[in-house]
Amino acid sequence: MTVQVSEQNNITRVALTGSLDGKTAPQVREEIRPALEKSMQVILDMSGVDYLSSAGLRLLLLAYREFTAKKGKLVLLGVSQDIQAVMSHTGFLNFFKLAATEQEALEAFK
Amino acid sequence: MNRTDMETRIDYYPTHEHDGYRFRRGHTLPFGATIVPNGVNFSVFSSSATSCTLALFRRHEPEPFVEIDFPPEFRIGDVYSMIVFDLDYEELEYGYRFDGPFDPDAGHRFDRTKIVMDPYARVVGGRDVWREQPDWTNLYPHRSRLAFDDFDWEGDRPIETPIQDLVIYEMHVRGFTAQPLARVSAPGTFAAIREKIPYLKEIGVNCIELLPIFEFDEWENSRRHPDTGELLLNYWGYSTLGFFAPKAGYAATGRFGMQVDELKTLIKELHQNGIEVILDVVFNHTAEGDHRGPTISFRGIDNRTYYMLTPGGYYYNFSGCGNTLNCNHPVVRNMVLDCLRYWAAEYHVDGFRFDLASILGRDQNGAPLSNPPLLESLAYDPVLSKCKLIAEAWDAGGMYQVGSFPAYGRWAEWNGKYRDTIRKFIKGDLGLVGEIATRIQGSPDLYYYRGPTASINFITCHDGFTLWDLVSYNGKHNEANGEYNNDGSNDNESWNCGWEGESADPAVHALRMRQVKNALAILLLSRGVPMILMGDEIGRTQYGNNNSYCLDNEISWMDWGLENRNAELLRFTSLMVRFRRAHSTLRKNWFYEHRDRVGSGKPDISFHGTEVWRPDFSPGSRTLAFLLCGKHGEPPHGDIYVAMNTYWDGLPFRLPDAGGGNVWKVAVNTSMPSPQDIYELPDAPRLENQDEVIVGGRSVVVLVSDRA
Repeated sequence: MTVQVSEQNNITRVALTGSLDGKTAPQVREEIRPALEKSMQVILDMSGVDYLSSAGLRLLLLAYREFTAKKGKLVLLGVSQDIQAVMSHTGFLNFFKLAATEQEALEAFK
Repeated sequence: MNRTDMETRIDYYPTHEHDGYRFRRGHTLPFGATIVPNGVNFSVFSSSATSCTLALFRRHEPEPFVEIDFPPEFRIGDVYSMIVFDLDYEELEYGYRFDGPFDPDAGHRFDRTKIVMDPYARVVGGRDVWREQPDWTNLYPHRSRLAFDDFDWEGDRPIETPIQDLVIYEMHVRGFTAQPLARVSAPGTFAAIREKIPYLKEIGVNCIELLPIFEFDEWENSRRHPDTGELLLNYWGYSTLGFFAPKAGYAATGRFGMQVDELKTLIKELHQNGIEVILDVVFNHTAEGDHRGPTISFRGIDNRTYYMLTPGGYYYNFSGCGNTLNCNHPVVRNMVLDCLRYWAAEYHVDGFRFDLASILGRDQNGAPLSNPPLLESLAYDPVLSKCKLIAEAWDAGGMYQVGSFPAYGRWAEWNGKYRDTIRKFIKGDLGLVGEIATRIQGSPDLYYYRGPTASINFITCHDGFTLWDLVSYNGKHNEANGEYNNDGSNDNESWNCGWEGESADPAVHALRMRQVKNALAILLLSRGVPMILMGDEIGRTQYGNNNSYCLDNEISWMDWGLENRNAELLRFTSLMVRFRRAHSTLRKNWFYEHRDRVGSGKPDISFHGTEVWRPDFSPGSRTLAFLLCGKHGEPPHGDIYVAMNTYWDGLPFRLPDAGGGNVWKVAVNTSMPSPQDIYELPDAPRLENQDEVIVGGRSVVVLVSDRA
């Protein structure tokens, strides 16, 4: 699992690549923490995530909740159809804001 | 990792090591595997084992990656416990090896070569995807796994609908949406039921009762049909592997081990739509069969505790399935309690229906108990106190307790006598009018001291004919089960309306349609708690099969094509359910008193025949009418007059006066073609002749009094 953080126009972009599961979740949490702490607008690019486990979903939800609690806006970008289905079946989908395209993600911040 | 816990607890550090795996003495309770800071607490009971070993697997690996013996000091009483640190919760599978005597005469069947499943496993791996071919060479096919128990319920809790207001819909998780015509994203799953909530609301049911969803092995006793080669499976699932684990194969996400979240999400959304969830639970036996069966869990952990054994160490078979769970043994009783509390508290389940519940009232030698401790414990349990408890009040060992099940003011029963009486009456049998009068009142002959809500009224259930087949077949046609039609009940009280099986004859079809409507009308007009079988609202057929336990195919599945083809039945059912909801006198939790309690000038119920005040209870009678005084309702409503005629010709029924300047309006007339068979109440037309109504042959008419 790799985590890449970049910033442009006050929007932080965190790109995840690989599998987000019980093994990688603690590492991802540590690596995205600084970005979530200093930014108010975050795009979490999930297009490189090929597997999202229970632990991964829980990490995302915790991060999302923490972030929105401080009035930040977080959008999940490019979540694959398969992962969206899993998120839907397990009830996690309702909790997140999703965007299919970069454009859509940026719209969400307006 | 939870830093705070790590910092505040002084005992969460490893004290032992084996092959690089660090562990320490664990917590004796709770049983099962529990995630604790930095590790997993394992706790398991055995009264007769001499030693115990914890085996840890990586998911799907054939052999454990480590086996750790419980040091003697880790056992307290008969409970072995251990915390193992630094495990990957999601990838972990586990089991136990127990050492102990193999002495069947004394009831012991320990086998150290087996790795057995934890009775408290909250997730069971091994049958992750429904019908996926298992690896038959796998020595340890059923693995215990861990579950995340955190879930965002968003304020949900069990609904606690008063039981008298329930309309139950009995359904099979897979069968409900397996057919492609169901048009759902993941056919046959919990997630798919969620997509069909609008359909359930259209029928108007406010409770679904799910056939077993505890983990079972659909491949148990699987075989090929001797003639057709069709694969026969354990489709119904009345054979539990793990009492605490939801069936993975019923979850679209079972392959990822997320069945817990998926089921909770379903229940949460059903609750948001006012629909309760009752689970059909099987505590009478397990999937281990008799002495020839596999050692999966209980047999290898503490055979003598978990099973009722004969003096020679064989298995009592009161379940008809090889063994009998020893549920009045104090340890087993606690397991059952723990299990039900878990489902009620962690899954927000609203109630339970107990398969072959009479077994739960037998002692350790199988003798019936007058005051069965398990049933009493369940009735008085603080967590379960608002749960619906429903008994199938008989067992395969000959106990038949309909009307006499030890109820403690809590238990309701599947009323088998209701089913049999209504079936016989509808097909035109004689000598039943008196009994019909008691059945529609909620069976005071059986439940006088318990009230009508002790009676779960049903005409059909998964076990037996569907409603459409009840009017289409005289005999069962179970050839597809591969047992040469020898399985299933021969006692169906069915009538084919003149032709055995499917018929293109419009007269036969019309009569069947009418008979089905008669059944649904009587069911929904009876006091007690009505239960509808999946698909009966659209005339689902099983082609005469009355025991489809092994059929994972179109015979058992809901046929969604009927939603359009039999739209008139769906409309009828749905309006009948709404009629029940609109008339509170039909739903009281006390019996009719046959007197005027409110000063309306009429008793709450009165019986009539073709003549007013003259019900014909003679042996040759096929008519009965009754009048319900709506002023006895809370809230009050118009009077309801119901006339039933099971004679083959129409008969004139003289009518009581609608009273108070009101007139009779026709709410239901099953002899009329749709949509004149049933009306939404505001549209109910005025009856032309207010003194008399002609009730067609084999028909039910329902009138309501209303302002002119």
